[in-house]
Amino acid sequence: MSDPHAITREIDRSHMQVSDEVAIQITSMNKWYGAFHVLRDINMTVNRGERIVICGPSGSGKSTLIRCINRLEEHQSGHIIVDGTELTNDLKNIDKVRSEVGMVFQHFNLFPHLTILENCTLAPIWVRKVPRKEAEETAMHYLSKVKIPEQAHKYPGQLSGGQQQRVAIARSLCMRPRIMLFDEPTSALDPEMIKEVLDTMIELAEEGMTMLCVTHEMGFAQAVANRVIFMDQGQIVEQNEPKEFFNNPQSDRTKLFLSQILGH
Amino acid sequence: MPTKAAFVRKDMLAPQEPPVSERGAIKWARENLFSGPLNTFLTIVGVLAVFLIVKSALPWLLNGVWNANSMAECREIVAARHGEGATGACWAMVRERWHQYLFGFYPQELFWRPTMAFGLMFVALAPVLYFGNRTINMRMTAVAGVLTILALAGVSASFPQTIAGSEAGGLALLAAVIVFAGLTAVAWMAPRRLLILTLLYPAIGFYLLWGGSIWGPVGALAGFAILAVVYNLTKAQLGVVVATGAGVVVAAIWWLVVQSHVTGALHSILPLGTAHVDSDEFGGFLLAFVIGVTAIAASLPMGILLALGRRSDMPLIKALSVGFIEFIRGVPLITMLFTASLLLQYFLPPRSNFDLILRVIILVTFFSAAYIAEVIRGGLAALPRGQYEAADALGLDYWQAQRLIVMPQALKISIPGIVSSFIGLFKDTTLVALVGLHDPLQGVTKVVRAAIEWKGIYWEPYIFVGLIFFACCFSMSRYSMYLERKLKRDHR
Repeated sequence: MSDPHAITREIDRSHMQVSDEVAIQITSMNKWYGAFHVLRDINMTVNRGERIVICGPSGSGKSTLIRCINRLEEHQSGHIIVDGTELTNDLKNIDKVRSEVGMVFQHFNLFPHLTILENCTLAPIWVRKVPRKEAEETAMHYLSKVKIPEQAHKYPGQLSGGQQQRVAIARSLCMRPRIMLFDEPTSALDPEMIKEVLDTMIELAEEGMTMLCVTHEMGFAQAVANRVIFMDQGQIVEQNEPKEFFNNPQSDRTKLFLSQILGH
Repeated sequence: MPTKAAFVRKDMLAPQEPPVSERGAIKWARENLFSGPLNTFLTIVGVLAVFLIVKSALPWLLNGVWNANSMAECREIVAARHGEGATGACWAMVRERWHQYLFGFYPQELFWRPTMAFGLMFVALAPVLYFGNRTINMRMTAVAGVLTILALAGVSASFPQTIAGSEAGGLALLAAVIVFAGLTAVAWMAPRRLLILTLLYPAIGFYLLWGGSIWGPVGALAGFAILAVVYNLTKAQLGVVVATGAGVVVAAIWWLVVQSHVTGALHSILPLGTAHVDSDEFGGFLLAFVIGVTAIAASLPMGILLALGRRSDMPLIKALSVGFIEFIRGVPLITMLFTASLLLQYFLPPRSNFDLILRVIILVTFFSAAYIAEVIRGGLAALPRGQYEAADALGLDYWQAQRLIVMPQALKISIPGIVSSFIGLFKDTTLVALVGLHDPLQGVTKVVRAAIEWKGIYWEPYIFVGLIFFACCFSMSRYSMYLERKLKRDHR
């Protein structure tokens, strides 16, 4: 297996316990784009502390699935319950879920007109109503954690891609979310920047954060995930522990996919 | 053992000047003026054209007469100085009639009021135009103050029969000095406090210009207080949008129906006020600024709301916004002005005597807002979807996302377009001549030309008015460039 970003470091699993408490519950969820059936009968349960990697070919609906969890996309049937709050058309519920769930995007989506520090303090100040000074302290704490406190007063345009993505992670963490969603966080990065972002994500996992990652970084999946979900054509085709998933795939579609991404 | 091909440099060469044909003016001229036969030809034609224009216009400008009492006297002086048949501008008209170009038929003894309003306008604008910049705020306030006081002194000197002639004049000047000194101090110590003046300025400016009972502007301000109270009382139950709507409706009822009775009663109990000036007496640049500045200030927020409305998911709001924008953009401004002067009266409650200038301002504002809305929509469309998603994902609600994330970026993109619209709007204020108001270009010039002593004057008023318009519009354009530079954030 040749993975350019094989995780070589020792991983501290002491905090990585999965509790019985349910964080996300999705039951028979369907979504259409017009007449196109993008997500078909999705059922999944995520317990608190779980680290789940979702993979699959492009167009398989994996991004759409995690975007449904904080209602960036609307589902048309079935139920999504996040932290005990069901996502419906009720705007209050949606805002509540969104403030508990952090999200990191493929293209970072930092706010270019605000400094790094302002990017990190904006939501705590306006959504959580945290006093500015406290919000800035929290922001500096998380910026140190992602190892770029010295960039706090620059603008996003002055940072490299990897640094921007780490700021995006810090920005989400400043809201002290209970669940983190990652939507292909390393796909838009140069190879040498991928590692710094993955390291940040691993640290987050080591602290016991509940994480759902759409990613093709199989090294990360093997090192950190406790479950890998494989999707194709809008459906969950296979899910298993990483070791089993990679060494003993069950369905033909999974075998084909794994041979394609790991075989070269 | 060195080979034949070996070379060792002993003396390093000092840098030399490039050849004469490759530097300075010669290089520039060769590259920009004479780079080929066609360009050489065009350069010669261009120089010739400029020469001919200057040759015919320059004597006229240089022979200008500043001291004369009539057109005929001007002509005599030119003939006497430069010989029969010489041409010369008659700037004496400007010297004689400048106050009409500035104030129209505003009562001369009250010229201090528009002067003061104009000076205070810059103080009120400072914290908006240069937000958070203490030095510029203070400088702008101080300069506006000094110039206003000089202008007040100048106006009093030109019209000795006015307020300055009396003891009260000295007191008024002293009051102006105190006001501006106080404002400069505020700008220095707490520049954000100046925003209070900015918020109150519409009422202050209105009262300075129109005068009358003090209860009028107080009543108008009370309408805003009512709006705020209704909003705060109902926000919890009804949500932001409905609460705002309810506030606006109650405030509108107050303004249109109740206010006149209450202020009338208050005035009969406590008749505080100053001399009332009727809208008919407004004219010149006073009128252009009243209409232009008010419409600019009001059309920006209205344009933002219309642009957001046009992109709204709510069908009714979207339909209303699209309908408004397309209707207004489809109708010529002249038509709207005629509507203002004739039709609007029919739609308002009976006996509500809406001032003509106010009506014109409202329709010019609508007109400009429709264009601004489209400019801002362009800015909104240029924002990547990721910005909206990131704001949503962080849990910001719609209005927070618009205010903190979307608008700062969209407005920044739209600055050139918005300022273009504003410049156009400011120049369009001259069109009010068509509904009988005395705008500087047409209205006042017509009055001046109708006077026997200035009969036959032609270019001078247009050049004078044109120069002032140019100065205003050019300043706006430079300000927009400053703002673009200041807000530039992508250092890539």
